[in-house]
Parts: sequence; structure tokens; C-alpha cells
Amino acid sequence: MSVNTVPCTVKPTVTLQIGDAETDSSRPGVYVIDVTLPIGQTVNIQEISFKNYYTAYVSVRLLRRDGEGAAKWVTCLRNHCLMPSPHTEEGSQDYCSVYRQQMLIEPDNVTSVRLILRQPSSAWLNFSVEDIKIHPCLNEDSEWDIPDWLSDLTQVDQLCDLQGLPDPQTVSCSIQQMWALTEVMQTNQTTASIGRFDVRGVPIVYLHMESNVHITFPAVVGEKDLESKEGPVMLHHFLFIYWLNNVSIQTSLR
Amino acid sequence: MLLIVEDPTAFTGCFVIHLFEEISLLTFSFLFSSLFSLPSLSLSLFHSLLPFLSLLLTLSLSSQPLPSHPAAPPEHAKEPLAYMRKAQVNWEKRILKSLNSMCTELGVPLARKRPAVEQKELTNKWNEMGTDEPGKWTSSQSICSDRRLNTPSYSISHDSQVLISLRNPNHDSSEEASAKSHWGLIQVPLHDRDIPQMREAYSELSLTTGQLGIDDHTHVPPGKTRLICTELAFCQDSAAAQQYSRQGCPTGLRADLWALILNSTNEPEDVMHYEQLKAGVIHHDLLVDNLIYKDVKLTASNDDYYFVFEDFLYQVLLCFSRDTAVLEHFSYNSATPPKSYIQGKVGVEEFAVVYPPNGVIPFHGFSMYVAPLCFLYNEPSKLYSVFREMYVRYFFRLVCVCSKCVYTVCGIVSLCLQFERLLQTHLPQLFYHLREIGAQPLRIAFKWMVRAFSGYLSTDQLLLLWDRILGYDSLEIVAVLAAAVFAFRAENLMEVTSLTSAEAVLADLSTLKVMPLIQIFLFATVI
Repeated sequence: MSVNTVPCTVKPTVTLQIGDAETDSSRPGVYVIDVTLPIGQTVNIQEISFKNYYTAYVSVRLLRRDGEGAAKWVTCLRNHCLMPSPHTEEGSQDYCSVYRQQMLIEPDNVTSVRLILRQPSSAWLNFSVEDIKIHPCLNEDSEWDIPDWLSDLTQVDQLCDLQGLPDPQTVSCSIQQMWALTEVMQTNQTTASIGRFDVRGVPIVYLHMESNVHITFPAVVGEKDLESKEGPVMLHHFLFIYWLNNVSIQTSLR
Repeated sequence: MLLIVEDPTAFTGCFVIHLFEEISLLTFSFLFSSLFSLPSLSLSLFHSLLPFLSLLLTLSLSSQPLPSHPAAPPEHAKEPLAYMRKAQVNWEKRILKSLNSMCTELGVPLARKRPAVEQKELTNKWNEMGTDEPGKWTSSQSICSDRRLNTPSYSISHDSQVLISLRNPNHDSSEEASAKSHWGLIQVPLHDRDIPQMREAYSELSLTTGQLGIDDHTHVPPGKTRLICTELAFCQDSAAAQQYSRQGCPTGLRADLWALILNSTNEPEDVMHYEQLKAGVIHHDLLVDNLIYKDVKLTASNDDYYFVFEDFLYQVLLCFSRDTAVLEHFSYNSATPPKSYIQGKVGVEEFAVVYPPNGVIPFHGFSMYVAPLCFLYNEPSKLYSVFREMYVRYFFRLVCVCSKCVYTVCGIVSLCLQFERLLQTHLPQLFYHLREIGAQPLRIAFKWMVRAFSGYLSTDQLLLLWDRILGYDSLEIVAVLAAAVFAFRAENLMEVTSLTSAEAVLADLSTLKVMPLIQIFLFATVI
């Protein structure tokens, strides 16, 4: 759970009641609480946390601002149960959280949150939720201390500047053809030498005859790439070629 | 404890992780950072070390915090309802106040070291403490005969008063009679189960299933039952023993089965632990020992079944007061152990110590939790460890104000409410009549439930009841039995006209057979 919360204003509770509020003696069963962000600010919600006080069901609606600037109310949580049995105490004073993954729509670019509280039981004098907090999504480059080499191992799918190298998709297609060729070679094994295959723009892949596939990553694809980037070095695309026992292929880097 | 981890990828050397009793978060993060700084560390090593590291963390925590929301404070995890926490705190304050006033009025310290002569004498007389005057081993001969000790720190009636006065400030308890009005004394709207739900939960007690306590009286040879039982004892399968216990345990094997269910061992280290506690008793005298002496003399010694075990009771209870391992149960008990300060340093936290050392102040009737176990175990260390386990699992719930049903074990508040609801639903005429004559059923049944019927039923029946408590891991069956007793004597109760005569009808339960009553109430009631 993130500790960051977004500063927001919780408006006073509004009662929804049929009939005249002053003359009607029965207690209301629906309350609405609006939580608004400062004007102009939007948030991508990760979590909404609060402390329950005898509310049985809660629905959450969000005022989302889409790309054009128009705002629209959408329901992201419908009748979420906080008290399994509204007449009894179970769950009545629990701390609850509603997470992004539970919501029906993506809670992004939200300017306002509306909590609709329902308590159908007449056993309780009052009900509400307290301590409402909205937690925003954490960004990728947050202050988490991940060492450099750990991010080296994760393959980030980036559309990076190719610097004259061919498109990976076309290369992989031609590699597929080469693989088919090796299959053919395997089935018709001869003692004649194969000759050299010359493929442009493919990084070096050294394949040994023995058991393990030993793959060295190309040292440098282009030196300019390393210098211009900040942060960890992203390894560009490399290709595996499945190994066959009697066939060795050497390709060279252009 | 040393944990040596070797790098499987032939990293030079190996590193040793020392596991301390309480591994702090700082140490843990240090381990992590040291791992990451190693140069040739590969992902596979990290993955292989992960189970070791998680083992480190789990081993170091002696009692896990309860699962709860990250924003919830720890007292909320133990007891979510604010008014119950408040009631518990007030109750504890009153008890501590009376203990402190007893201490100051009588001029006796909370703890004192025994002189060498007294220690020697007590060691010699350890097995016969019951034969002496109760005041012999306390700092003042007059204490135990003091009038003020005749009303113990807290008594049963005090407990029930606290529960009856529990009110939820947000609950609409208007006085008009309505469909949902509750006639009983407990006015807290906790969850309870009705009979159809209980029929499902207690399906092993149904009329068509054989029960020990009923069917063994028909002289059917034990045969298969005994075989299953010895097999269980041999296989040391605790869960299977618990399941088996739901239908009752054979008398000869009950001791082993209970020890198996409670995971209570009698290894040399347990015996040594008990000996250490015994040494603690000999060296120091605590004020609460007087409460124990008085309680044993008033309750167990006067009981026809248990008076022979007086010595055992002293040996167990005095050691229990000094056992700090019991403090671990406060991680899920919403009560707070009382603290005392070294003389002159009141309020300074570094000089605070839990008093009594186990955090539990004995009360009137406490010895009745131990007494039935004396029939099963004759070795004091074994008896002690079984009793301690039963206390931290079940009996502590009978003496604290809590609403949370963790693992389906109910506290005394839920038990009382369950009893009243069952009675109101299935015996409304009886309940109404008793209410009218001023004999609220809870006033009679409370003392049964708070002692789990110990001292009221005959011992063989009591042990059959406790078999089911262990088997279902819940005290709920106690509330069911209380309602079943009322149902059994309903005809007589309908004719009484006052509280005293109602109590007289229900005074003697020693002839009752527990299992038929429960079976009839749960499975033969027309709903």
C-alpha cells in the first residue's frame, strides 16, 4: 500500500431521501459524499482507502476528464459490500480499501470521486465513512532503490532509434526462412561444407557444437546509442537460433 | 541459530547469517543490501536464496501480527469495535485499581524474594502444599484470612455486569417492542448462528452418527473405534485427532488425543521449562499467589470431585503465574497485560515490568479450568503444558470483552448472545415467563458458560463436552448446551415464580447427560 495520498477536499455528506427532509421522521438510508481535487488537477487512482462506520454498501462514481477536456461521470464500483450482515456488527468499523484492479473502468484523469453509501438496516442511528484517502498511481521512475543490473535483465520493449539497422520485424522474417533452411539441412545431411551465410544487420550469435548454448551479447550496437541514453543500457534485440547437433552457423555483423 | 547459505554457482567462499531471537528490520535490510553488492550475483542465486530469506523472517517472529488492513492500528486488528475496546480498558482499570488498593491497604509488596529458610521448606513441601495453611507461604500470615480477600479481585457477578452494560452508542435500542427486539440482557448486535446453520456446522453430532457418551453405554465392543484411535496416536496426526474428537474420545486415549490436538509435548525442554517455573515459585512470592490460594480453597477444595487434586492445582497455577510465554497470546487477545513499575520509577517505561509475569490476574473460579485436566494427566509438567495451551486457545476468551470471532472461537459476549437468541427463538414462552418473574435466563446460565461448565457437570460428562470444544475448535457448543439445559427443564421452569426458585430448579446439573441434550436440541427441535 502506498503512503502517498493526494490532497483533496471531502465535502459534507448529502442525504438522499424521498419526501421532505424536515418533516420525515425516518432516518435516511443513503448518503452521498463528494471528494474533489483542487481545480485543474487530475489523478490516476491506485487505491481509495477509508474507515467504515456502519455503512453496509458503497458505490463509487468518478468524474473523469477525457482528452478533449469534457468531464463525464462513470461508475467504477457498484454496491460493494462492507457489512455482510447489515443488522450485525461484522465489518462495521473496519478499515477498507478499493483498489484499481477492482474497479469496472480505468480510474485515470479523475477530478472528483463520489461515494454513495447505503445502510438498509434501521438498527443503526448513523452511518458514514471516515478518513477517506485517495492514493495515486506510482510512476515508473519513482524513488525505489532498484540497482542498475536488475533493470538490465528486464526486457523493455522500446521503439528505439534504429540508427540504420533494419526493422526487427523484417529481420525476424528472414531469420525464419533461415531456420527453415537449417531444418532442411538437418534432414539431408552431407559432408560437403555449407559455405558462408551473410545476413546484414544481425548481431553476432556464436553457437558451439557442445552441450550448452553460449550466447554473448553484442558488445556494442552503435556507440552513439550508449552515450546518448541516460540510465541503464538497454540491450537491443538479439535473436536466438535453435541449435541443431550437426550444423553450425556463423553469421557476422556488418 | 546459525543459517549457513552456500552459493550454488560456486561463488568463492560462503557467508553466514546469524539468526537472532528478534531480528530487527534493520538487520534484515542490511542482509539484503549486502547480497546486492556482491559482484557476480546472478538472478538464479537470488531466487534460490529467497526461500531462505523468507524462512529467516518467519522464524524470527514469535507471534505473527493478525492480518489486517495496513492503515489499521494493532488494537483494531485484535478488536475492531471501539466501544468494546473501551469497555475492556475500563474493566481492566477497575481490576488493577482493586489489586493496587489491596496491596497498599495490606502493606504487602506485589512481589518479594523468599528468605532462604522459607525456600528450603517450600521445596520440601512442594508436593503437599494443600495440607498447609494457605497463608503459610505468603509474606503475612494474616493475609489469606483477611476479610478483604473474601471478595476476590473480580468475581463472576462483576464480569456479567460489565457485559450487560455493554452498549453500542450507534445502535438504535428504542424501548418499543418490535419484531427485532431482543428480550435478553446482552444488547450488542453481534452475529449469531441459528439452528439450521448449526446443524450443518455440527453435522458430526447428528442423531444418526455414533457418539461416545451415548453409544458406548450400550455395551457394544469398542473394536474398530479403539483401533482408529491407537492408529491416530501412532501417526501423530493432529488434524485427524481433532476430527476424531468431534464424536468423543475414549477415556483411555483421551489424554494422548488432547495432547496431540493441542500440540502439547512433554519433551525434556518442556520439563525443564516447568522446573524453571517451579524454581521461580520457590524464590519469589507474588501477591497474586494469595488470590490463587484463596480461589483453590473456596472452589476446588470444596468440590466433591476435585478436592483430591488440590496439590496439583497449586503446582500448576503458581507456575502459570510466572510463565512469560503466556504473554505471546496477547498478540491476538484484545486485553492488555497489566504493568508495574520498579519502586520509585513509576511511569518510566524502562522500569516497567508485566505483573503478574504471565499478564493474567487470576479470578474467582480460575482453578476450575485446571481441575478437570487433573483426571487426565498425573505428571505436573504435562498437566501444566496442556492447561497452558487450553488457556491461550480457549479459556482466555471467557474473560475478555471481545467481539471478533477468529477461527470461529467465540468470546463470552458472543456466547451469551448466542444463548439468549437460541432461547428466544426456540423457547419464547419460557423466556417470556422467566423475564416476567425477574429471572433473566442469562443470570443463571452465565456462571455455567464462564467456567465452560466445569464444576457443574459430572466429570465424565464435562470431559465429553470439552472433547467437542477441542474437536470444533470453538466454545460455541457451551452456549448450545446451556440452551439445551433450559429446554430440558422447561416444564419445571414454567411453574416457578421467582428467581430463587428458578435457580433451585437449575442448581444441580450433575445428573445430566450432555450429548443427548445437545443432539436433541440441535437435531430434534422443530423449526
